[in-house]
Amino acid sequence: MTSPLETAERPQDMKRIVIEPLTRVEGHGKVTLLQGKNRNIRQARLHITEFRGFEKFIQGRPYWELPVLVQRLCGICPVSHHLAAAKATDMIVGAGELTPTATKIRRLMHLGQTVQSHALHFFHLCSPDLLFGFDDDVQHRNITGVIEDFPDIARQGVLLRKFGQEVIRVTAGKRIHGTGAIPGGVNKSLSLDEIRYLQDDIARNIGWAQGALELLKNIISEHYEHHMQFGTIQSNMMSMVRDDGAFELYHGGLRAKAVNGDTIFDHVDYVNYNDYIRESVKDWSYMKFPFITSLGEEEGWYRVGPLARINNCDYMRMPLAETERQEFMALGNGLPVQSTMAYHWARLIELLYCTEAIAELLCDPDLVRKELRIQGNLQGSGTGVVEAPRGTLFHHYEIDERGIVEKASLIVSTTNNNQAMNESIRRVANQYLDGNRLNEALLNHVEVAIRAYDPCLSCATHAMGKMPMELNLVDASGELVDRLEKRVTGRIMRTI
Amino acid sequence: MNGTAKTAPVLILTYGNPSRGDDALGPALYDLLETHQQKTGELAEVEVLTDFQLQIEHTVDLEQREYVLFVDASVSCAAPFEIHELQAERDDSFTTHAMSPASVLAVFKQVNHHEPPPAYLLTIRAYEFGLGRKMTEQAKANLELAFRYILAKPW
Repeated sequence: MTSPLETAERPQDMKRIVIEPLTRVEGHGKVTLLQGKNRNIRQARLHITEFRGFEKFIQGRPYWELPVLVQRLCGICPVSHHLAAAKATDMIVGAGELTPTATKIRRLMHLGQTVQSHALHFFHLCSPDLLFGFDDDVQHRNITGVIEDFPDIARQGVLLRKFGQEVIRVTAGKRIHGTGAIPGGVNKSLSLDEIRYLQDDIARNIGWAQGALELLKNIISEHYEHHMQFGTIQSNMMSMVRDDGAFELYHGGLRAKAVNGDTIFDHVDYVNYNDYIRESVKDWSYMKFPFITSLGEEEGWYRVGPLARINNCDYMRMPLAETERQEFMALGNGLPVQSTMAYHWARLIELLYCTEAIAELLCDPDLVRKELRIQGNLQGSGTGVVEAPRGTLFHHYEIDERGIVEKASLIVSTTNNNQAMNESIRRVANQYLDGNRLNEALLNHVEVAIRAYDPCLSCATHAMGKMPMELNLVDASGELVDRLEKRVTGRIMRTI
Repeated sequence: MNGTAKTAPVLILTYGNPSRGDDALGPALYDLLETHQQKTGELAEVEVLTDFQLQIEHTVDLEQREYVLFVDASVSCAAPFEIHELQAERDDSFTTHAMSPASVLAVFKQVNHHEPPPAYLLTIRAYEFGLGRKMTEQAKANLELAFRYILAKPW
């Protein structure tokens, strides 16, 4: 399934176009487009040029520090790392099945994380793309434009995000650096006051999630064909599901489906993920390229995250979300939905699911019980997997007899989507670049395609129309032919 | 989501990653101030918060405040620290995962339809931001001076 554009024949005959972010916060990426003599795009690569050194950061630390320590890997989704590490350390302490209170408090925390992440993405990161279209004036197509034109949406986004953060604070004990999940359980249950506090806002938040979804569907229906074909690729899908096939974010088996909807593997115990997934390395990126082992590197790459989760599950337990899922799946006429822009739609179905699930969990009496922790015999290794907002997140640790981490292996969500993002960029580049003069439209379209995945790269999550980028057109001999810079103000300048 | 506690008139909002070398300056100042409050009972009119980075929900933290002080590490300010007044400003950080204080004020203004409280940015000179690195000695010295400055300030 790998595009023939990735490794072009006779690259010396081509021109090279580089889109390079100018800042680096959580990561640093650039896009290179290699142009052939006929001016069509022959190669497209999303490079990740910052080596993060996560594993080295973790090695040498005691296992009991992991759930807190790993939150510092990433300021964008620390709770996902917190819970994946906590699940791995559950195995290390031989905890087996946790108490109902511990499991439900962790689930609640994870739902809060997903709400705040998805709310931020829709209301403040991608809504300008969707509300104003990709070709709207850059100065208008940003959050300022959204706030001015849709003031209620902007406010709802702030408060939904805040609600998710409050769920995290209540369950994790702190707004950040929470210690809620510990090896074998949690360190506190909820009080009735805390539950009532969160319940105060939940009905309103469900309504806002429904409203956002309706708005998105209206936007897509107005330009249906455009949204369905933009950056669309054909990929396998991988996600976690419950034992009965239900949608799942916190704990379950791994399921992978092929483009034609056939099952590649199902209900795989994630402890054995290494038997099903491998990673390849390419010399032009620090980010690895995972693939399904049985299909091989060329055919086995896959997508994770909201689109994969909605495509893969058999049903969703929450009634409003399930109705929306059925409508969404009808788009595929029996096959997985492959539109890259459908990520946004799937993400909002998940947002609705999470608000409903939070409402349900807040009525559960187990949340206030005091059976918090299980411990058994210390094990030499542990694996924890969760469905983070951006997709499946793997943590694996091996410890020595003192409990010190000797080996740490992480596959983060964005890495799982690495090949898919490259494929979508190739598709967009082929659609929108034909010639040797760079333009703003190309920059915008590449940004929109990357952002649909909500990757954890600063370049991809920067402001609409303001994602700091440098776009270079260089021929095979190294001569700079053209260059556009997008400044921090959002202003685009030709600098050659 | 305002909770039940009375809102302190002064907010000191620090931010940074404690495991990225001198980026820990903001969270370290938070720790110092929180400990000081607990030990002495002073700074009763001040609420101190910390986060990895600024984001849209922090506009809610600004509500009902009379004064806001953002605290960040900076490799470009003069040592030991600088302080300057902020204005709401639409800059590049809108809709990113890491907003600037000025853009937080701008979002506040736009979603609340009134001016944000007076706000200042305290930047502490930093030198090294590598993942897993310890805070440099120079940054620690700058932190101590910034801490003393805040304690000496009549809140």
